[in-house]
Amino acid sequence: MADPASSHAPKPEGATGVLVLADGQVIWGRGFGAIGDAVGEVCFNTSMTGYQEVITDPSYAGQIVTFTFPHIGNVGINEEDIESRVDSAVGCIVREDVTQASNFRSRGEFGNWLRDHGKIGLAGVDTRALTRRIRKSGAPNAVIAHHPDGAFDVPALVQKAKAWPGLEGMDLAKIVSRQIEEGWEGSTWTLEKGYGRSPRDERPHVVAIDYGAKDNIFRNLVKAGARVTVVPAETSLEKILELKPDGVFLSNGPGDPAATGQYAVPTIKGLLDRDIPLFGICLGHQMLAIAAGAKTAKMFQGHRGANHPVQRKSDGVVEITSMNHGFAVDGKTLPEGVEETHVSLFDGTNCGIALTGRKAFGVQYHPEASPGPQDSFYLFEKFVGMLR
Amino acid sequence: MPKRTDISSILVIGAGPIIIGQACEFDYSGTQAIKALKEEGYRVILVNSNPATIMTDPDMADATYIEPITPEVVAKVIEKERPDALLPTMGGQTALNCALDLFENGTLEKFGVTMIGANADAIDKAENRQRFREAMDSIGLESARSGVAHTMDEAYKVLETTGLPAIIRPSFTLGGTGGGVAYNRSEFEQIVRDGLDASPRTEVLIEESLLGWKEYEMEVVRDRNDNCIIICAIENVDPMGVHTGDSITVAPALTLTDKEYQIMRTASLEVLREIGVETGGSNVQFAVDPKTGRLIVIEMNPRVSRSSALASKATGFPIARVAAKLAVGYTLDEITNEITGATPASFEPTIDYVVTKIPRFAFEKFKGAKAELSTAMKSVGEVMAIGRNFKESVQKALRGLETGLDGFNRVEELEGASREEIAAALARATPDRLLKAAQAFREGFTVEDIHAITHYDRWFLRHIEDIVLEEQNIISEGLPNDAAGLRRLKAMGFSDARLAKLAVRSVHVAGGLGETQALRSGLLHDTLRAMAGATSESEVRALRWKHGVFPVFKRIDSCAAEFEAITPYMYSTYETPLFGEAEDEAMPSDRKKVVILGGGPNRIGQGIEFDYCCVHACFALADAGYETIMINCNPETVSTDYDTSDRLYFEPLTGEDVLEILRVEQEKGELAGVIVQFGGQTPLKLAAALEYAGIPILGTSPDAIDLAEDRERFAALVEKLKLKQPANGIARSRDEAVAVANRIGYPVLIRPSYVLGGRAMEIVDSQSQLDDYIASAVTVSGDSPVLIDQYLRDAIECDVDALCDGDEVVVAGVMQHIEEAGIHSGDSACTLPTHSLSEAVVDEMIRQAGALARGLKVRGLMNVQFAVKDEEVYLIEVNPRASRTVPFVAKAIGQPVAKIASRIMAGEKLADFPPLVRDISYMAVKEAVFPFSKFPGVDPVLSPEMKSTGEVMGIDKNFPLAFAKAQLGAGMHLPEEGTAFVSVKNSDKEYILPAVKELVEQGFRIVATGGTQKYLADAGLPVERVNKVAEGRPHIVDKMIDGEIALIFNTTEGWQSLKDSHSIRATALTEKIPYFTTAAASRAASEAIAAMRGSQLEVRSLQDYYSTN
Repeated sequence: MADPASSHAPKPEGATGVLVLADGQVIWGRGFGAIGDAVGEVCFNTSMTGYQEVITDPSYAGQIVTFTFPHIGNVGINEEDIESRVDSAVGCIVREDVTQASNFRSRGEFGNWLRDHGKIGLAGVDTRALTRRIRKSGAPNAVIAHHPDGAFDVPALVQKAKAWPGLEGMDLAKIVSRQIEEGWEGSTWTLEKGYGRSPRDERPHVVAIDYGAKDNIFRNLVKAGARVTVVPAETSLEKILELKPDGVFLSNGPGDPAATGQYAVPTIKGLLDRDIPLFGICLGHQMLAIAAGAKTAKMFQGHRGANHPVQRKSDGVVEITSMNHGFAVDGKTLPEGVEETHVSLFDGTNCGIALTGRKAFGVQYHPEASPGPQDSFYLFEKFVGMLR
Repeated sequence: MPKRTDISSILVIGAGPIIIGQACEFDYSGTQAIKALKEEGYRVILVNSNPATIMTDPDMADATYIEPITPEVVAKVIEKERPDALLPTMGGQTALNCALDLFENGTLEKFGVTMIGANADAIDKAENRQRFREAMDSIGLESARSGVAHTMDEAYKVLETTGLPAIIRPSFTLGGTGGGVAYNRSEFEQIVRDGLDASPRTEVLIEESLLGWKEYEMEVVRDRNDNCIIICAIENVDPMGVHTGDSITVAPALTLTDKEYQIMRTASLEVLREIGVETGGSNVQFAVDPKTGRLIVIEMNPRVSRSSALASKATGFPIARVAAKLAVGYTLDEITNEITGATPASFEPTIDYVVTKIPRFAFEKFKGAKAELSTAMKSVGEVMAIGRNFKESVQKALRGLETGLDGFNRVEELEGASREEIAAALARATPDRLLKAAQAFREGFTVEDIHAITHYDRWFLRHIEDIVLEEQNIISEGLPNDAAGLRRLKAMGFSDARLAKLAVRSVHVAGGLGETQALRSGLLHDTLRAMAGATSESEVRALRWKHGVFPVFKRIDSCAAEFEAITPYMYSTYETPLFGEAEDEAMPSDRKKVVILGGGPNRIGQGIEFDYCCVHACFALADAGYETIMINCNPETVSTDYDTSDRLYFEPLTGEDVLEILRVEQEKGELAGVIVQFGGQTPLKLAAALEYAGIPILGTSPDAIDLAEDRERFAALVEKLKLKQPANGIARSRDEAVAVANRIGYPVLIRPSYVLGGRAMEIVDSQSQLDDYIASAVTVSGDSPVLIDQYLRDAIECDVDALCDGDEVVVAGVMQHIEEAGIHSGDSACTLPTHSLSEAVVDEMIRQAGALARGLKVRGLMNVQFAVKDEEVYLIEVNPRASRTVPFVAKAIGQPVAKIASRIMAGEKLADFPPLVRDISYMAVKEAVFPFSKFPGVDPVLSPEMKSTGEVMGIDKNFPLAFAKAQLGAGMHLPEEGTAFVSVKNSDKEYILPAVKELVEQGFRIVATGGTQKYLADAGLPVERVNKVAEGRPHIVDKMIDGEIALIFNTTEGWQSLKDSHSIRATALTEKIPYFTTAAASRAASEAIAAMRGSQLEVRSLQDYYSTN
């Protein structure tokens, strides 16, 4: 049986790309980047800069990013603005064709980079209309596809989108996490010097659990004065303790915290039991909350952008933050001994917790920025300061 | 944090008259601020000398002082009103400087007034170059390397730090005369030497050249809890070297990586913290080296600005409103983002479109001014356009400018030019350089070629190249005849008019035949259309509509669709269908609606006065129960504030763009009509197209407006009404012009037909001057005739503004000009009521105005200009639409003239309103303000061509005091003692005698040139003779430079005398010596001086004047 929705959108002449939603609707456009198809959840990001950081953020694993800003690719790509070398977004949707880059830092074109990294791009789409749809109906599962000859088996793509189980219940962290331990020496970026380096001397030792981390987190930890060792997501409690951490960092990452929590939460609980200082970001924050007894839930449209206001409850100060999450800690489920430290001023959702009387805290947003505002760098200093 | 309760009344200082660099954006910000403060229950006191503002409407502030913005006068307001606080950040540099003076002279302390928004130290730290540089050093931000030199040796020392090229600016010279850019040591030596010579203090500032660097502006808002947010990042398309107000700019920044952007963001916040702007909006400007990313702080403004108005319109975030709330103690998280109604103001707007601003210039008004841009701002207005991509955005902006462009029009002077010529043209920063870049592509230049010369970022150039290539494709292939093809072109921003032109060219008929046939009908035209697809704007539209290619409307929501927007603030774009059809967010209502067309970019002759009228139409028709829909493209205005109308479309005012909006608005509800009479010439030009499309026009019929502008039809009406006009005629060739002038007799007033602001209008004394004029100033042809009038020398000119509902007529004001007939009415000072005319003459003008209004079947506003000579009333012209004087009249008499007019236009009768009281017991004087100081070398003399950018009002109990205030408001500080220089033409000598007598009585010393000296001495006055410039030194200009002259009366006759006295006026301007170039104004000035010496200037609020009237 022909899908009724797709029959409403016949392929326009020259279409070389398509987004096929699980409900059968079809959005045609011009493909770029890699050839082929990929399945994921369609989300949107409202940042006007930093597409390269977004597209390399492992938290976007299993997702197709709709950029709300129409011109993407303006400043090309470079080796510095990569946030990870593991799986991240499977593709992106933009309104305008990517044009030749113009920036002194550029080392290549965005489209070519996507192609080389197996990511699919779709241009020529009314991304605002798509965003509004996600706002109204939630983030749909879909297949993004690109073929220069424009030949697509739409019914098959619909089936593929339908068959995809979705992010809920999905443990993507173990896929994007490092598989081996790594001593991290890179520090943060400055205009003239690029990334700094810091030898691994005797300083507070932070073991960072990589659930799909953005590199800028580690750089900020180093900048704040820590010696950083990054370990894979499934590293056991014993293995972590053997590294003699002064503190443990729980990274961001993709997927459902409940799923990843299956193995991560017991580890975190073990660390808590031993009073090892903890700092969690995004997925790490969610799993810290679960370990402390709270619950998480999938959000309707998620928060993704670089303009999100978060209020620090201790003094009322507003931090403008970078966000990227589709799940959130349910603030109402925080047990005694867990204090809500930050809330979203957009919708009141939880954005930070601290365990009363203990050196353990987490934030839902991305204080490491990259892309986005750097208002919250202080959290890294706060954490490393706790370890001295 | 809650609002402050320790203060209950707040003084707001406005920006005064519209001048270059300070335009109606400060009415927008001031109005927002006053509304916001009143919402919070504070008593608001306002001082602003500009009557053409919404902020000075009597129902805005609690006490409104239309008084000069000088520390002395504002101190009087403070003494009288005893405000608790002063908000100095809403009125531009004028308000900031005045507030700083009031702080420094102790007034604020004396009366216990607290500065809110920005304190004196923060203002000083931001404004003082040295302190600012030190502040930037202390937070590790680089400033341009520079140093001051007084000798050549010092200069070479500075050069060691700046390097070459270096910019040399002599200190204390007007418009940077004598400075320049040195690229080698020999040039450096030359320019420094010249600069030291040119500087009265023998001082030059030498700066590292940042020419060609990228320029950015960050709009920042901070609250007392140290929450800082960026509202908008603006990128200049024009690189460093062109004032940001004169630059084409885009938002958001398009060519920065996130890392660079965040450096700039963090730096901006640090600058605010370091300067100490505790609350409110500021902007910080940066220069970025495109090769290395090196970042230099240029300057910061600790107040709202032109760019914050732009940022507000570009994002939907009302910076001034929020800044006002922050100033009284709120924090950002306590303020709601009204666009969404659901989220707080403590966020950073993110947009999903591209905004382009293009400034508009008026060089053609100033003979002798070089149309080149530099670091001193020269533009008089700007257009903003919004599109879903840069191409659409920039092309919409170009057609919204109303300079005859429908996109990237060809630059004919460069067609087929040599590479050298093109390169030379690109090297000059002219207002049309972007068009020249497009032309250069057509002439074979590459992106790299153009980038190397202009330093436009390659990203922008590539998009312009795409547009040019697409145009060439249309020229070779013709228009596409399918929906996808047309939509693709429309999404690139091509206007229908542009597509029509390109389509016609695609037919390749020789010798301009295509262009000619496009305008005609018949077989040839039909053939052409068949070949081209379409040959005119309307045919392209028909083709487009046939294929179902319509624009959709998207909302400006501050959040890129992340949240629902409850405010209908919209722009058009062309989208590909997503789920079946292109998504349109216009959602027209089913209400009864009125569309008000705004005035587009400000220009000389069409400015804030017309926006004032449009805003009043919105307010009045909303009161009357209509849904009001505003269309405009000027980001500086109150009319484009999202809460002025019920629905706002930020769109170019072209037939195409307006008709598409009306199409959508007519889908639901009832369109009662469109108001085209309030926005000046811009909407009037659209009236015919709207009528042709069957759109109802409210008020006076466009035909009546046309009748009034059409000399021959109008003459017939004048004859029918038995009114008297100066002898006149129309000429379509040089020979006809000579014949008409001979019939009328010289002098004659000559001008092209159909213009606003008296462009290219001149008084001509002889046939040889007439020949000159026709040869140089205008094109005279069958399509563009010139109008020739008898020039009534020394007549008194009057303006009458009246309301008519088709039957009944009420005159709202009769104004008497101070300058004699022949000076453009917009440039002339005037009084309300008249101050020296007989009652009989005034009554006769009222009678004639009534007859004209009925004769033209006016429904709404009408303005009539008369000339009075020897008790005889001559009709000069009638404009059955809103005039420039409407806000002045409304402010003077305290009646909502424009509001009543709007409701009459929508069908109500004058009898429905309380009777309009015209008689007032005080005197109001309007004075024009001129931009001569921005155009070095231009003769600052008045003529029939309008040159003023703005106006002030002086109001007091009698004419001399009101005139004195008007002068003070306009920046002319009349002296109360000293030496006056008098040099007047023969016909003025008798007339000026009483003025000189008055000065002598007031203790002034008088010096005069030969003829005038003899005349005055013969009349028994003690007058010393002084040399004219041509008579040897020391001459009058030497004395002026030496500070010996305090006042100048100088009138001229004939070209030679005008030329001879140019240096006097130019020097008066640079030395800031009050000067008057007409005998009538000279007399008024002497009366004002006498009155000022006799009494202290007093201040009184409008509300007080009205209540005792």
